[in-house]
Amino acid sequence: MNSAGELSVFSTIISSLLLGIGLLFFVAGSIGMLRFPDSFSRLHAVTKADSLGLGAVIAGLMFYSSWWQNLLMLFIWLLVMASGAVSCQLLARFCKAKQDKA
Amino acid sequence: MSLLLFDTLLCGLLLALALASMLSRQLSHAVILYIAFGLLMALAWARLAAPDLALAEAAIGAGLTGALCFTALARQGKLPLSPQVSWQQRGWPVLFVLLMLSGLLLALLQLPASPGPLPALVLQELADSGVSHPVTAVLLNFRSWDTVLELLVLLLALLGTLQVAPVPVRQNSWALGRSWSQLLAPPIILLAGYILWAGASQPGGAFQAGALLAAGAVVLKLNRQLNWLAWRNIWVRFFAVAGLGVFVIVALAAWLLPGLAAEPIWLRWPPEHAKYIILLIEVFATLAIAITLTLLVVAEQPATPISLERPDTAGGSDD
Amino acid sequence: MTELSGSLLLFLITAASLVAAGVYGFIIGPEPLRRILALNIISAGIFMLMVVLAYRGYDGEATADPVLQALVLTGLVVAVSATAFGLTLLARLKPSSSEISAPEEPEQ
Repeated sequence: MNSAGELSVFSTIISSLLLGIGLLFFVAGSIGMLRFPDSFSRLHAVTKADSLGLGAVIAGLMFYSSWWQNLLMLFIWLLVMASGAVSCQLLARFCKAKQDKA
Repeated sequence: MSLLLFDTLLCGLLLALALASMLSRQLSHAVILYIAFGLLMALAWARLAAPDLALAEAAIGAGLTGALCFTALARQGKLPLSPQVSWQQRGWPVLFVLLMLSGLLLALLQLPASPGPLPALVLQELADSGVSHPVTAVLLNFRSWDTVLELLVLLLALLGTLQVAPVPVRQNSWALGRSWSQLLAPPIILLAGYILWAGASQPGGAFQAGALLAAGAVVLKLNRQLNWLAWRNIWVRFFAVAGLGVFVIVALAAWLLPGLAAEPIWLRWPPEHAKYIILLIEVFATLAIAITLTLLVVAEQPATPISLERPDTAGGSDD
Repeated sequence: MTELSGSLLLFLITAASLVAAGVYGFIIGPEPLRRILALNIISAGIFMLMVVLAYRGYDGEATADPVLQALVLTGLVVAVSATAFGLTLLARLKPSSSEISAPEEPEQ
């Protein structure tokens, strides 16, 4: 935030746009988690929409920070995306196994 | 103004999650809401200028407690909804809680807005403590008694848990989870080492590093890895006790060895050696905390289990 | 009445309310696991109280009170170990809890 004053108008607009898009995806994912009927579609809503939303938020924040902070944020995004994919798979398999048993 | 908005949102969410966790009729919902509450608490610590706590809470409150509560839930099996509590039954507790809350608020609002003399004292003595991060200095130099006794509490909790550890819940592990936990292990070890090292001058230290290592080890253990990390392994026992042992031995040495300190005081390090003493203690404390927390969360059956069940119910635990 | 600033007051009230919510959950129960969760929420409220007190002198350059923060850090670890011990005892309690208040129990 300390360098917010130095941003040009153009990059401020771009970064706000990206942050807005990210929030939109988060909201969509949360609504999906609350409204969708079964576990599989809920998982789909949460993991996909939220990783994309987080990516957009991070892209928006990148205008504000130095290059190594950006690198760290990218790494965090990769970690969150990968762990989201893995836990989504594990949960979905668990649900499938339970469904097959029933 | 925008900060106040953020605070209001955060406080509202925290309260809503805590209340929902207490009031929900399904126990599994309560546990999940509590884990979300722990995550938000980490955010609250970061907001309240306590990054040390945020680091520890993210590993402990959200990670380890979640694993503990889910294990407990899995042991309970399928539970019925908890019975509806009528308003007559709620009346007296609500009245009592409201009275307590108003008394608490009345007392808290009398507090002065300025801090006591302690922060200034800590900053004044910081140069002699061997580290430059005030929280680490308090934990491992000025108030080492707390840390010694805390390691003792951890050890006692571990010993107690190992005595009564129940039959572990059978879970199957998928190859995907296994390889993902293996992939996560190196970054976690790297990060824990960095946090331990950075604790001398920045937020971080033995507790956070230990909790982080424990979180990684729990994920690995739940995926049937790290079979050597069990109480039957003599080295595991050694390092679990060494956190406390090294602390006490170093304290004794600093107290008794002549010439090390001008005026020896129990648990007070001589300023010229303080940096190395603290580093030594922290390394062993990190390992002890990591091992203890891991074994607390995934406690396995002891070699000679004591039976708490009466003989007629002992056969009931099907497998 | 009070000389605390707005944000601090908000967090202070939240901390007290967390304690209250935890006490209520502890009284109402009814499952033991929920009571353990309630104890954890009470401790979260108390920790928050201490951190808010530590935050009082913080204004950007001066640090927050490190003594209170160190105490809370110790408390977090002790709380999780106590929770783990309590949950282990709870798991042992389970087999006989279906026949709670069995009259032919020789002891108690």
